[in-house]
Amino acid sequence: MSAPPPASPRERQADRSAARRNRWLAGPAVTIVALFGIVPLLIVLVYSFLAPAPYGGVQWKFSTDAYLNFLFQRDIFSDALEFSPAFLLIYLRSFVFAVITTLICLALGFPTAYFMATRPPEQRNWWVLLITIPFWSNLLVRTLAIMFIIRDEGLINMALMGLGLIDKPITMLYTNFAIVLGLFYSFLPFMVLPLYSSLEKLDFRLVEAAHDLYATRRQVLWRIVIPMSAPGIVAGCLLVFIPALGAYVTPLILGGGTHLMIGDLIAQQFGSGRNWPLGSAQALILMAAVLVALWVYVRNAAKGGKHG
Amino acid sequence: MPEQPSGSAIAIRQVSKVFGSGSDAVTALAQVDIDIRANEFFTLLGPSGCGKTTLLRLIAGFDYPTTGEIRLYGDDIAQLPPYRRPINTVFQNYALFPHMTVAQNIGFGLEMLGRPKAEIAARIDEMLRLVRMEELKNRRTSQISGGQQQRVALARALAPQPKVLLLDEPLSALDYKLRKEMQLELKRLQHETGITFIFVTHDQEEALTMSDRIAVMSKGRVLQIGTAHDIYDKPAERFVANFIGETNFLDAEVTGVDAATATVRVKGTTLQAGLPEGFRPAGKATVVIRPEHAELEAGGADRGTLGGLGGVITNVVFFGTDTHYYIALDGGGDFMVRRQNSRGTAAFASGDRVGLRIDPGAARVLRD
Repeated sequence: MSAPPPASPRERQADRSAARRNRWLAGPAVTIVALFGIVPLLIVLVYSFLAPAPYGGVQWKFSTDAYLNFLFQRDIFSDALEFSPAFLLIYLRSFVFAVITTLICLALGFPTAYFMATRPPEQRNWWVLLITIPFWSNLLVRTLAIMFIIRDEGLINMALMGLGLIDKPITMLYTNFAIVLGLFYSFLPFMVLPLYSSLEKLDFRLVEAAHDLYATRRQVLWRIVIPMSAPGIVAGCLLVFIPALGAYVTPLILGGGTHLMIGDLIAQQFGSGRNWPLGSAQALILMAAVLVALWVYVRNAAKGGKHG
Repeated sequence: MPEQPSGSAIAIRQVSKVFGSGSDAVTALAQVDIDIRANEFFTLLGPSGCGKTTLLRLIAGFDYPTTGEIRLYGDDIAQLPPYRRPINTVFQNYALFPHMTVAQNIGFGLEMLGRPKAEIAARIDEMLRLVRMEELKNRRTSQISGGQQQRVALARALAPQPKVLLLDEPLSALDYKLRKEMQLELKRLQHETGITFIFVTHDQEEALTMSDRIAVMSKGRVLQIGTAHDIYDKPAERFVANFIGETNFLDAEVTGVDAATATVRVKGTTLQAGLPEGFRPAGKATVVIRPEHAELEAGGADRGTLGGLGGVITNVVFFGTDTHYYIALDGGGDFMVRRQNSRGTAAFASGDRVGLRIDPGAARVLRD
């Protein structure tokens, strides 16, 4: 039962340098990202400094109005700039929704992943398969399904009224609750899978060792399991938070267009708003906000990991 | 009822462990009874799959016995979770916490017990001194060698001052020289701390050199418990005689039995052979004689003076300190004699005819 000796750094170096010769392995992916990721991003950057054309599109005229309009509104009569927090509030709300979604996903995803990781090895792949089942159908279809379940004449309200627990339906659709529920449902697998992959690698002899050293179940969780699955927690939170912040379909359908999130706001500028520069600026501000949040989060996570 | 409860640190009473159920049920332990005395270095010895690690896990609390009692100084602990037992374990692969430093690992148990910070710090330093690791206090466990990890694992398990320390083949991952060194180190630590050690190993040499007493296990049963001398010199069963050291098995006819010995005839020769406790053989029996308990005599034709056993040397193997002589006995069967290579002893060669002189009291009847 003795563990195989760990490969020496020299050996591992050798393995890698052999693989390093295949420098074109990443070529196709890099090309796609450059063509369809970086080029559009540059277009968005340029558009954000131009003026809107009356029927959509842009006028080739330098302007910082898009960024000014994000925080201020020009008075129609006096032409003076007034502070207008409407967009900022939508950003803040989106941020709060994304944080709540991430926390709920973490709170419910961690026990799920722990359960999966502690099954016998031959059962684990079946659980992973079950977790990925939602991906087999389209996000739009799944979101509409939620709508049918939570609407006033939906499954939940009909059941509760049928049981005589309530007299009139509880309004759930087109509320903040509906949006967070939809986001949580859509992004839960992105939390569970990295957590599972981290927990699956956890050496459960360490759990036994901690119990042996008088740690109760709760202490084992906080002192051993969570610190050792930190990489999975960090990855899962990022994979949920970032797409949740920019979510478009879910708030559009479940929020009924009245509870806007950033994604809908940006889409509006390119659609009915006919203000492409403003939409571009909003998209870039979102990106900058995500980058800052990421930087703060990863820095703190790394520090927390070191202190164990 | 329990014999001298004050003397037994751990009393294992009729403990069985069955894994699985129905037709898949596997009996890992069957009605095991062991008394382990306070301050004793006790070893569970047996081949892999004999149940020794299962028994250790039951004592630690990682598993619970199917039936039976495990008493710690009189209290039944068999159903307590591991964190409520004043027993600590040194794991086979050490199981050090990789996200903590050496000092944090050693202090973990005391921290979980809620001891004051100052006491923990003092105890960590004391433990580091005990295992001679002071200079590595703030290293990560991944930055130290296997032997050093072993010492940290020991210090971590000893720091909370357990009543009993369990060691699950802790030396098996170390190379030969380091293993020898750690054997002495373990003996020293046991002596200095006065803690009862229960040591699990499949290495009979390790068991013989380190233990106060040994329990030899096979197929979920305890076959014999005794000191290293008892186990080696007075094996009660074929498995014990075979597993520990090398030995010669001879078919014998029992002709007479008294209190502690039997008179047996082996190939026409009469020998006095010791008996396992409480065993009264009759008819056919197996007798064992250790290879170093027989002496070679040149010639071997004169059977009367040589105890009657003789044969022809078929193979001679030189081992440095001693030489092994393989002999084909007259009338069938093999016998091996080990002789020390001291100056002045006559050398024998393959093909020589020799007589065997068995040391008085060396032969033992097996229970089988």
